[in-house]
Amino acid sequence: MALAADGGDGMTEEVAVLGAGMHPWGKWGRNFVEYGVAAAREALADAGLEWRDIGAIVGADTVRGGYPGHVAGATFAKALGWQGARVTSVYAACASGAQAIDAARAQILAGLADVVLVVGADAAPKGFFRPAGGDRPDDPDWLRFRILGATNPVYFGLYARRRMARHGDTPDDFAQVKVKNSAMGALNPHARYRSRVTADEVAASAVVADPLRLLDICATSDGGAAVVLSSMEYAHRHGRAEPVRIRAVSTVTPRYPNTVLDLPDIATDSARAVEPPGETFRRSIARAAYEEAGLGPEDLSLAEVYDLSTALELQWYEDLGLCGEGEGVKLLRDGATALGGRIPVNVSGGLASFGEAVPAQAIAQVCELTLQLRGVAGDRQVPGARVGITANQGLFGHGSAVIAVR
Amino acid sequence: MARARTPVVAGWFTGEGDDFRLLGTRCSACASVFFPREDHHCRNPACAGGELTEVPLSRRGRVWSFTDSRYPPPSPYVTDPELSWEPCAFIAVELEAERMVVLGQAAPGITVADLAVGLEVEVVPGVLHEDAETTWTTWHWRPTGVTA
Repeated sequence: MALAADGGDGMTEEVAVLGAGMHPWGKWGRNFVEYGVAAAREALADAGLEWRDIGAIVGADTVRGGYPGHVAGATFAKALGWQGARVTSVYAACASGAQAIDAARAQILAGLADVVLVVGADAAPKGFFRPAGGDRPDDPDWLRFRILGATNPVYFGLYARRRMARHGDTPDDFAQVKVKNSAMGALNPHARYRSRVTADEVAASAVVADPLRLLDICATSDGGAAVVLSSMEYAHRHGRAEPVRIRAVSTVTPRYPNTVLDLPDIATDSARAVEPPGETFRRSIARAAYEEAGLGPEDLSLAEVYDLSTALELQWYEDLGLCGEGEGVKLLRDGATALGGRIPVNVSGGLASFGEAVPAQAIAQVCELTLQLRGVAGDRQVPGARVGITANQGLFGHGSAVIAVR
Repeated sequence: MARARTPVVAGWFTGEGDDFRLLGTRCSACASVFFPREDHHCRNPACAGGELTEVPLSRRGRVWSFTDSRYPPPSPYVTDPELSWEPCAFIAVELEAERMVVLGQAAPGITVADLAVGLEVEVVPGVLHEDAETTWTTWHWRPTGVTA
């Protein structure tokens, strides 16, 4: 068994996914609590449990519901009806949902709770994400807007252009990611965008941040997702002989010096005094998950990755080890990552079809793995799916990967 | 009355014309360089922590990547709603001596068509925006050999 480089001693015990639920993504204009509660009730029903049976609730915070999602864990608990459950609230930008799952898992593995409800929901504003108001020059996220006007798509544009220069990727390659994901999203009733998109339509959409166009960049959405997790012993006691299991949750931070410009930073670390680590932050997120699971990219049936932009999906292929550095376009063009391919990526339709509902998104990725591993994903089912990975990266050095198996 | 020239953020750059420089800090113990400046603790986890002293960064570097913003950014970026938005180019610049990448806006008039990964650029003083009393100054990146 490999020793995890993060200081852990390799594989951890598994937890069971007893239930998964989602509120459809869209622009519904309602309170995020409503989406979260709808997802939670669906997850509970899917698990065959009552809310009163739940020993702990973990909420993934949105920052757009006021005071971090009114402090999400307790807000969802109150809306479901106070029943005394242990509560935890988690904020980790785009990785909030995965960290909420990790917090629930840790409570289960520590014996603090047998069965835990994890909920994330968001009601996103129109247009660019932006920092909260007021003068906050100590906040790096506020500074990049104040000093540079560097929105999230500006960073996505930098990464895309860098790929074009290093690997020869083209805007049409990027558009093909949208074509693939929109075709799969068209099959998903929870997706916000359910129309197939052509490469010509991508090319005809407005440039937002050169070389990326509107249809290369994910929208911001309303949505909610929830899962019910339990100990394996609890699952067996409740008649679940072979539940979907979470085998790894990676939540590692970067290593100094981090030499890839990350949101919301204005500069990278300097590698003048210390040689950079042998792998990028994104690669280390995946490696830690593989090590914890005792699995590798060759074992995967499918992957759900954070396609904040089309070009970033290609980067994830390489960072997850689905192909070599610079070979993302070839993997895509060969059809390997489409439904029916060797390693389908974003069969849910991805962020391209959902738009991002930040604290719900990483949970939604795990919901998709759960459906796929149960074999109940309908028209978008990956035949015989046994192992899936999710991956995401958010602001401030947060990232995550979850590996689930059946 | 002339507007006062005020840096949009204090202590990040200094000087005029050819003497303009971005300012970082350097750890006296491990020689790590930080921009934006780190004034309290060295962030190298292998360093016990030395004194952090101000140091000017290299004036010139090479384009790591570039992009632009075709839509006006939201606040706290300041835009004039009376004026139509002119796309603003961004350049992420690799500084060889510091072995780091620093993002900045391109100088006015520079578009993505003028840029390529690997192109040499230099830091120049720039204006972010003006209000009734103040000209808010910043840094811009500009390809070398191009004059304002």
